[in-house]
Amino acid sequence: MSSYEARFQVWRGDEQGGGLEDFTVEVNDGEVVLDIVHRLQATQAPDLAVRWNCKAGKCGSCSAEINGRPRLMCMTRMSVFDRAETVTITPLRAFPVIRDLVTDVGFNYEKAREVPAFVPPSGLGPGEYRMFQEDVDRAQEFRKCIECFLCQNTCHVVRDHEENKQAFAGPRYLMRVAELDMHPLDAAAETGLERSRTAQDDHGLGYCNITKCCTEVCPEGIRITDNALIPLKERAVDRKYDPLVWLGAKIRRRPAEGRAPAGD
Amino acid sequence: MATGTEPQQNSGGVRARTRAAIAAPHLRTDRWWLAPAVTAAGLLAFVVYSTWRAFAGADYYAAPYVSPFYSPCLAENCRTMRAGPNADLFGSWWGISPAIIILIFPLGFRLTCYYYRKAYYRAFWASPPACAVAEPHRTYTGETRFPLILQNVHRYFFYAALLVAGVLTYDTVLAFRDEHYRWGHMGLGSLVFLANIVLIWAYTLSCHSCRHIVGGKLKHFSRHPVRYRAWRFVGRLNARHMQLAWASLLSVAFADFYVYLVASGVLDDPRFF
Amino acid sequence: MAAVERQQWDVVVVGAGGAGLRAAIEARERGARTAVICKSLFGKAHTVMAEGGIAAAMANANEHDTWQVHFRDTLRGGKFLNQWRMAELHAQEAPDRVWELETWGALFDRTKDGRISQRNFGGHEYPRLAHVGDRTGLELIRTLQQKTVALQQEDFRETGDYESRLKVFQECTVTRILKDTASDSGSAAGRVSGVFAYDRETGRFFVLEAPAVVLATGGIGKSFKVTSNSWEYTGDGHALALLAGAPLLNMEFVQFHPTGMVWPPSVKGILVTESVRGDGGVLRNSEGKRFMFDYVPDVFKEKYAESEEEADRWYEDPDRNRRPPELLPRDEVARAINAEVKAGRGSPHGGVFLDVSTRMPAEVIRRRLPSMYHQFKELADVDITAEAMEVGPTCHYVMGGVAVDSDTAAARGVPGLYAAGEVAGGMHGSNRLGGNSLSDLLVFGRRAGWHAAEYARALAGRRPPVDDVQVDAAAAEALRPFSAEAGGDGETVSPENPYTLHQELQQAMNDLVGIIRREGEMEQALHKLAELRARARRAGVEGHRQFNPGWHLALDLRNMLLVSECVARAALERTESRGGHTREDHPAMDRAWRNVNLLCTLADPAGGLAAADPARGQIRLARETTEPIRPDLLALFEKEELVKYLAEEELYE
Repeated sequence: MSSYEARFQVWRGDEQGGGLEDFTVEVNDGEVVLDIVHRLQATQAPDLAVRWNCKAGKCGSCSAEINGRPRLMCMTRMSVFDRAETVTITPLRAFPVIRDLVTDVGFNYEKAREVPAFVPPSGLGPGEYRMFQEDVDRAQEFRKCIECFLCQNTCHVVRDHEENKQAFAGPRYLMRVAELDMHPLDAAAETGLERSRTAQDDHGLGYCNITKCCTEVCPEGIRITDNALIPLKERAVDRKYDPLVWLGAKIRRRPAEGRAPAGD
Repeated sequence: MATGTEPQQNSGGVRARTRAAIAAPHLRTDRWWLAPAVTAAGLLAFVVYSTWRAFAGADYYAAPYVSPFYSPCLAENCRTMRAGPNADLFGSWWGISPAIIILIFPLGFRLTCYYYRKAYYRAFWASPPACAVAEPHRTYTGETRFPLILQNVHRYFFYAALLVAGVLTYDTVLAFRDEHYRWGHMGLGSLVFLANIVLIWAYTLSCHSCRHIVGGKLKHFSRHPVRYRAWRFVGRLNARHMQLAWASLLSVAFADFYVYLVASGVLDDPRFF
Repeated sequence: MAAVERQQWDVVVVGAGGAGLRAAIEARERGARTAVICKSLFGKAHTVMAEGGIAAAMANANEHDTWQVHFRDTLRGGKFLNQWRMAELHAQEAPDRVWELETWGALFDRTKDGRISQRNFGGHEYPRLAHVGDRTGLELIRTLQQKTVALQQEDFRETGDYESRLKVFQECTVTRILKDTASDSGSAAGRVSGVFAYDRETGRFFVLEAPAVVLATGGIGKSFKVTSNSWEYTGDGHALALLAGAPLLNMEFVQFHPTGMVWPPSVKGILVTESVRGDGGVLRNSEGKRFMFDYVPDVFKEKYAESEEEADRWYEDPDRNRRPPELLPRDEVARAINAEVKAGRGSPHGGVFLDVSTRMPAEVIRRRLPSMYHQFKELADVDITAEAMEVGPTCHYVMGGVAVDSDTAAARGVPGLYAAGEVAGGMHGSNRLGGNSLSDLLVFGRRAGWHAAEYARALAGRRPPVDDVQVDAAAAEALRPFSAEAGGDGETVSPENPYTLHQELQQAMNDLVGIIRREGEMEQALHKLAELRARARRAGVEGHRQFNPGWHLALDLRNMLLVSECVARAALERTESRGGHTREDHPAMDRAWRNVNLLCTLADPAGGLAAADPARGQIRLARETTEPIRPDLLALFEKEELVKYLAEEELYE
């Protein structure tokens, strides 16, 4: 059990500009980066802006970039760094900065609103839902998401191309589409909403080039690319690029013509 | 307060005006470039080797072994392989190496494979080079437009790859003959072929499209217990898709190289019985 | 004073955890234009930390389970101090609230036949907790969040504006409930007319005018040094209610869990599950002694082992040996740990050692306690198969809260004010059962939203006006920390660091009004609180109003000081030990206290918060006799059991 003085660089500033500011601060055994940020607040920079909440990796508030890597500050132990190393903390670089380590994550909340909600099955009242564990396993994995937005932040589609924010929902919300499409009782299809088709048409699934950074940074270990995005791409192929499926649907659909078009 | 820098004026990406003013394209301190560099080197080496071998049109058959690059062999200029994968579909007008005809399919399968896409987008196209490392391109449309929208045909290459894997399985069975086509023999080449075909199958079946087709597309696993089990099996393989992609790439190149060595007389296939 | 932006809403919900969101959904579905204000980002509320499950008598796992059994368990857990009508409503309505979540897209773990799986939990007679692995709270909050979005999508289709009828003001803090002046309304305290709030991001003030306000702000854990609660738990709702003139009920009941992590600092307060001890973990002091053998009270002497040898045999052969004393009830264990630490035999960081590493092979630990193994490994880099954990009691939950009407969740004495969830008192009596908090959120969140919407509708067209004087006063109060240097009282004293004040408050509450309470220490605490109150008026901050955590803390200090005083005063008053209130000088439960509620009110509702005199303080205490339990509910219990709890005269009524 020992403590030492560590060198930190913390980005401070706002949308007007800013830069990395140097700090030397005490670090004790067993501490995480968020502890150090709190110590900075209490001793050297009382107005250092930072978001945090549960301190246990469950709420997803304290996302930042530590030595250039998107991480939760509460889940990054100081022991992973060399004592001589300068630890750099910056805000998430895909979102507009508000102040210091706090960014405007409104993009994510806008995208959340664009995904049509769960459609309850008609004819089933509360308490009448029957689902089997193997049917909910897949969607449950996605529902582990703590919405830290690290995947949204690291995805180069929007991180490196601001203009794509309009068209691209990002891994978290494409995963939400996949979750609903795999929900055993979601009745969207009955209302004419084909979720896998909208994934491509409305939520920008085609922008994803499956380079897996979302999976790499996910603190919950959700296999976003393999279990959500690629299956969603395959489902979109079913709908849009598979002539056999297309033909079959065409024939079977005929009697039901005149329904609401997909996409609500 | 902070050591002042004005916000950058260049548009787009991490240097967009609204983002935290940091000039560096990334602040990673680890060796993030290592993985794309190794990937690029590995893929390049394979491309160089396979191009040479595919266009050579020679040293691809040493009874009973046929190079996987040349199987099935679909033109008249193929060497005759007794009971082997000859099928003269193209006739005599095909002048160049017959490998080119068939290699389209495994090549297309791997080119549109979800793992290889990641590998070459990162390693060759730097899109992105590594996570949270800014990519050098001004615009990006991903797989929304021609030609990359064609990546969606992956599952058709998967079907083709199944057929090719079937032929290679047949070749592997043939490899349990001796150079006089007598059954019940085994040499080092038989083992090389066996290892290769196991990896080829494992890679092919671990494909994401396969995972989707066998069960992933279902909404209710509970109503399809057999397909659920198949999906779980493929899922376990799929978790190793990257490793299988590399292992099968190496094994197929090595199987071809082994045939080359034997066919060109450099090596005598050691026979066990 | 500069003009402050104002908006009109029908219902304002303060807090976006389980209770707040459920209230907002209900109010919006009943036609009220509803605003939700939360301190964090939408979806980050402390509810995500709940692991176990939602208690509801759905009878999926055991067909004998009924609301009556659930009611009985809840009253036993609360030592019969529960507001019985709340416990009744809670037990009756919890299943519907859980099923409703499914229709909004929640995915609970399933039984073999496809229904919601239910698990066992302490104090519940049958397996009753609907759950999703160990992340039930996350599922709950996400489902409510997504239902909120679903309603916004509906509104968007109709009005073209997602936020036309239901809006979330995230990262905003309410500092005052506004009321019309008594002369306008005829009601003595005045009716709710809105809230005064500031945007944490910009520091801008704004007023939401609304006739109905629902408090759903959660608990008070951040007044204690070691807590499992997040930074948001500063007792805001409790304080807002007090300041608005509403009483708080039974604030002395604070649930401490005996084994929370105390070290490393990054995980201080996080729970260490009881099954660590159930599986063979032992508690040791700094001398390496298994001290629990010295702390077996006389009433339990026959049931617990007297030697380590016998205790160790119990794990293999529970029929012929007695239980190890590590498995005594939570309050006993917590008391023992506390005593060891106070006697100077604690671990280096103020806890004791909980050791499994010398008790079981490493692979057995990893197999039996996988989540604990990972919790310590990932959060703390501690390998529990190789070294002992340091644990100590951690503040977990407050049973006390805003005194509310059982059926409507309306706060007493302030028309238009409602409270639900942890901020409301009464439901759990003196001690809460695991799993009852999430069901409480849903049942009473819905009721609060429902009745707030009805109340607002009834006032349509004649809403209580917002008093400009109150708005100006609230703005001045909120800006005070920036001008602290000038010396509020004309003196030139240096400003106080809010972080330091907070640390001192947490230390005082932890040491003096913690798990074990003594008269002298609580009096000492009241003195300390008086001193801190005076110093808090000089709490100053640097920088500007934009996302300034120092400023935010300085403002939260007012709430923590108010709530802490309530806890200390009520705890001093109640001279018995019951549930979450343990008095070393009054160690037994006293039937005479069974039907006594302690109500805290603000001593000077006119707004003067200057009182530094510890004897007077800011809080007035009043005793109140509880309403007798309805006979048909009492009939659910055996007479022999009731005799232990109820006073003589209650039994014969």
